[in-house]
Amino acid sequence: MSFEIAVEHRLGDAHIALTLSSAAGLTALFGPSGAGKSSVLNMVAGLLRPDRGRIVVAGETLFDNMGGDRANRIDLSPHRRRVGYVFQDGRLFPHRRVRDNLLYGWRLAAPAHRWMTLDEAVDFLGIGHLLARWPRTLSGGEAQRVAIGRALLSGPRFLLMDEPLASLDMARREDIMQVIERVRDELALPILYVSHDRAEVDRLASTIVTLALDSTG
Amino acid sequence: MTGEEWAIILLSLKVSGIAVLATMPLAFGLAWLLARGRFPGKLLLDALVHLPLVLPPVVTGWLLLIAFGNNGPMGRWLADWFGITLMFRWTGAALAAAVMALPLMVRAMRLSIEAVDRRLEGAARTLGASPGRVFLSITLPLATPGLLAGAVLGFARSIGEFGATITFVSNIPGETRTIPLAIYGALQIPGNEAVVTRLAIIAVLLSLGALLASELLARRAGYGKGGHVL
Repeated sequence: MSFEIAVEHRLGDAHIALTLSSAAGLTALFGPSGAGKSSVLNMVAGLLRPDRGRIVVAGETLFDNMGGDRANRIDLSPHRRRVGYVFQDGRLFPHRRVRDNLLYGWRLAAPAHRWMTLDEAVDFLGIGHLLARWPRTLSGGEAQRVAIGRALLSGPRFLLMDEPLASLDMARREDIMQVIERVRDELALPILYVSHDRAEVDRLASTIVTLALDSTG
Repeated sequence: MTGEEWAIILLSLKVSGIAVLATMPLAFGLAWLLARGRFPGKLLLDALVHLPLVLPPVVTGWLLLIAFGNNGPMGRWLADWFGITLMFRWTGAALAAAVMALPLMVRAMRLSIEAVDRRLEGAARTLGASPGRVFLSITLPLATPGLLAGAVLGFARSIGEFGATITFVSNIPGETRTIPLAIYGALQIPGNEAVVTRLAIIAVLLSLGALLASELLARRAGYGKGGHVL
């Protein structure tokens, strides 16, 4: 099992409740905007604490407060979860050049956890010509390639992708879609992928989980 | 310009420089609390920090006199433990300048901390950065131009400080007579127009320079297009 998630969370008026377990490959969380898809990713990353639940990825328990007593509760800090998170807007660090953005997580990772070098990532993503640039000078597609590279270089055990194509034009979408297919097939990392685009999900996903809008609680 | 006038200018720079440097950590701590903290009494703390901005400076000076004067609780404590006297000393002038500059510094620093995109901090966390490292590698560098803007603004305010200073440490040549106090003193005696003019020009240039520097830094900090610290 790649992802085993059972979480409940109340955010303002919205109530998120999700149970999923998926096999290897790319698992798509599909649903309308506002259904809490991104919140689920944030819970898996550790940026948002679920009210109740259990999150296991590739055999490692990242979060668990279902157990009765306090001693059995698990809540790994985000920086210890070995997650590679690719955000919709890239979220590159504006005060660091592309090269230093790419190496940010790599430098923090334990050497034994790194499974890609800067050169390999640069070749894989075709971003060698961007290394000395500042993030603000990149196009949307370029920024997203760098963001994927930055996530891969941090030595993650799995990837979270939050609508990585949403802010791109059609030509760039196809381009990044192929990158994601190669990450899925060549690197064999479990991927949890959020989208509200049916065609995108059908093409990329091996498992599709539909999240319905539920604001009544 | 006479040697005496140069000494006045140097004293002003020393008093203001020390005031700002010594206040930086406190101002940053307060700005951080007000920008990020969630605690009861936050509104009150906010109001207290801003009090010197609206209080008559003579009242601020009088309060300093009560607290830090030779018979005041703080003044006695400083004298007993560290052998430091503030009353009628340049160090007292620096304290008065620091108190008056604090609200402006905290304001600018708070804005710069609030302007840091917290989603970038989240991204850094997922890349393996501990909270401390996120602060040092993301938050602090992104806020730095704004923090410097706050410091420069505080410096400009300190250069202009008059009311609290003259109340707390009087107008003593070579010790507490900064540019504004020297101008005030010179105005009391007829025939000093040339001295007043020269010192006034210096005051305008110093203040203008500091304000320009502060605005330029604030723009770099990216408060958005309409971002101003003033």
